[in-house]
Amino acid sequence: MLDNLLINTVDGLSLGAIYALVALGYTMVYGVLRLINFAHSEIFLIGTCASLVVVNAVAPSAPLSGVALLGIVLLMAAVAMVASGAGAMALEFVAYRPLRKHGASRLAALISAIGASLFLQQFFALFVIPWLFDKPKEGGRLPVQPEQHFVDRHDVFSIGGVGVANDKLIVFIAAILMMVVLDQFVNRTKLGRGIRSTAQDPETAVLMGVNIDRIVTATFAIGGAMAGVAAALYVLRFEETFFMVGFLLGIKAFTAAVLGGIGNIRGALTGGFVLGLLEMYGSMVFGSAWKDVVAFVILILVLMFRPTGILGESLQQARA
Amino acid sequence: MALSAVLALSAAACGGDDGGSGGDGNSVTIGFLGDLTGENSGIVIPPKQGAQLAIDEYNATNPKVKIVLKTYDSQGQPDQATSLVQSAIKSDNIVGLIGPAFSGESQQAVPVLEEGKIPNISASATNVTLGEKGWKYWHRVVGNDSMQGTGVAEFLVREAKAKKVFVAHDNEDYSKGLADYVTKGLKEKGVTVEQDVVDPRASDYSSTVNKAKAFKPDAIFYGGYYAQGGRLLKQLRENGVDALFASGDGSLDKGLIEGAGEKNAVNTVVSCPCLIDPTGESSPASKKFAEAYKAKYNSEPAIYAAEGYDAATAFIEAIKAGNTTTEAINEFLKTIDVPGVSKQIKFDDKGEPAGGDVYIYRVEGKELPLLGKASEAKLQ
Repeated sequence: MLDNLLINTVDGLSLGAIYALVALGYTMVYGVLRLINFAHSEIFLIGTCASLVVVNAVAPSAPLSGVALLGIVLLMAAVAMVASGAGAMALEFVAYRPLRKHGASRLAALISAIGASLFLQQFFALFVIPWLFDKPKEGGRLPVQPEQHFVDRHDVFSIGGVGVANDKLIVFIAAILMMVVLDQFVNRTKLGRGIRSTAQDPETAVLMGVNIDRIVTATFAIGGAMAGVAAALYVLRFEETFFMVGFLLGIKAFTAAVLGGIGNIRGALTGGFVLGLLEMYGSMVFGSAWKDVVAFVILILVLMFRPTGILGESLQQARA
Repeated sequence: MALSAVLALSAAACGGDDGGSGGDGNSVTIGFLGDLTGENSGIVIPPKQGAQLAIDEYNATNPKVKIVLKTYDSQGQPDQATSLVQSAIKSDNIVGLIGPAFSGESQQAVPVLEEGKIPNISASATNVTLGEKGWKYWHRVVGNDSMQGTGVAEFLVREAKAKKVFVAHDNEDYSKGLADYVTKGLKEKGVTVEQDVVDPRASDYSSTVNKAKAFKPDAIFYGGYYAQGGRLLKQLRENGVDALFASGDGSLDKGLIEGAGEKNAVNTVVSCPCLIDPTGESSPASKKFAEAYKAKYNSEPAIYAAEGYDAATAFIEAIKAGNTTTEAINEFLKTIDVPGVSKQIKFDDKGEPAGGDVYIYRVEGKELPLLGKASEAKLQ
């Protein structure tokens, strides 16, 4: 019983780490622009494709572990951060900025987000995936694996009789690391202060000398970069991608962001891990078919008693 | 004068097609409906190619009435299938349909075909309930999941000496149906079964893997398609679950091995009510078909290719006998009895095929060669 609980905790934290990193993108954009960036799931998709391209380029002759594995993960993360960050900036420039400049309603931006998401999904399925991975034109919707599976999975250590695999450990630690870095960035740097002030009150921020356009671009870039790291970690864990990879993950990550407190970076972290654990524990007790039911029931209960989410505070009210 | 010339010209141009249901006097259109570009298209492209091969062979004999095969890509989505069927009937005047390829889309699209009175033959939809709806124009050339489930259960008990089997599926019509029949067959033989569900849109199957690991099964059966089957197999093996992994016809594609990784795909078998027999072990017709298929498409025949060929053959025989309207073709199908590549082409009064066997395929390296009939195949 206990080792069943332990194993599901380990898996829940590993799953939750990826949710948390993707949730950061949703939460930051919402905090600054009050916009749910539905196309963030495709920013994640861009990151996974970039990661797989890296793996195919490095082409390890045998599955890696230890330092070599860390090395390739770092490389994937770096490239994916750039790809996703750039993708997010381009997305903002094309799909949201024109609407913002014309003073369009938030509903218009939301519709644009959904449209961008659908467009990118199909664009990748029809053109990008076949081109990047040398697949036939009609094969763009099939799952894509690296030319060689590159992860040598084994347990790094055991807790209470349950082994913790190297890939799950890397995912967990990397996510925590990135979030600490981001948290420090938002709280201590000038750009971070700019983001927080724009989230708090855009008009006054302008009066204080903040360049809103640059802040928005930076927010998208950072959120995108976080999704890029999540994408690299996803490729580490699952060694595959497909054109709809962002769909369910994006919904779950957004849910995690709301659960933890939308607009709150630490909330995204909390929400991600809590959601991951809830899914695992829910499946353990009720069966995998009920995993989503459990997660959403808990979400509703939390929101009923604490409408702003677990950690509640928003980006603008973060300390320091 | 000029006006009447223009009128005459346009009348001549439009005069090409008229004549009953199905195009002009010397060609009819048969449709093919299935997931041609979606994530499980590996199951549907071979029967399409099989059907095209049969039709091209027929057209090459310079018959009085040629056949045009028109393909419709539903991506396995029931809604898309339904609207494509409607346009196929109204705009393209099909006289018959090969498909729908998947059971889920059949549930929604076949009623439209019934209404349109279009005879349809599926080469791959195996859900049992399809044969129980009392449809008059529906047929299939492939055995259903009750047959497949029983065959797999028998095989697992006999060859894997299974006393505990973990059964997973993705809750789709086809997957759940097959998994339930396998479970039923296993339970009847006194096997302990635990069931679990995976979400086909998700990638992390940890909860299912953990359940399987705790259950310590002798074998695992997955009802579903290769995209998810490969993922599940990979995660099972990575977490130390080495028991025999079995899946149904939806996984009979190299994508299963690619998804899992060759290393992880060992000790894996796949069942199918279909016959892929390029060496002609079971009949010389298989070898002849495999050679013609390879010559045309530069690849070995894959899952349901022979069944697609047979479905097309059924329509071809009907048209050869001079039937070019949907009613006449449907009537002909009631009495057809000719040898096909995969089995005898003959339908019972419900539209099910009159014969057929379940075959087991085993993963060997990157391939999935035929092991034998489920009732005879040996694992050792």
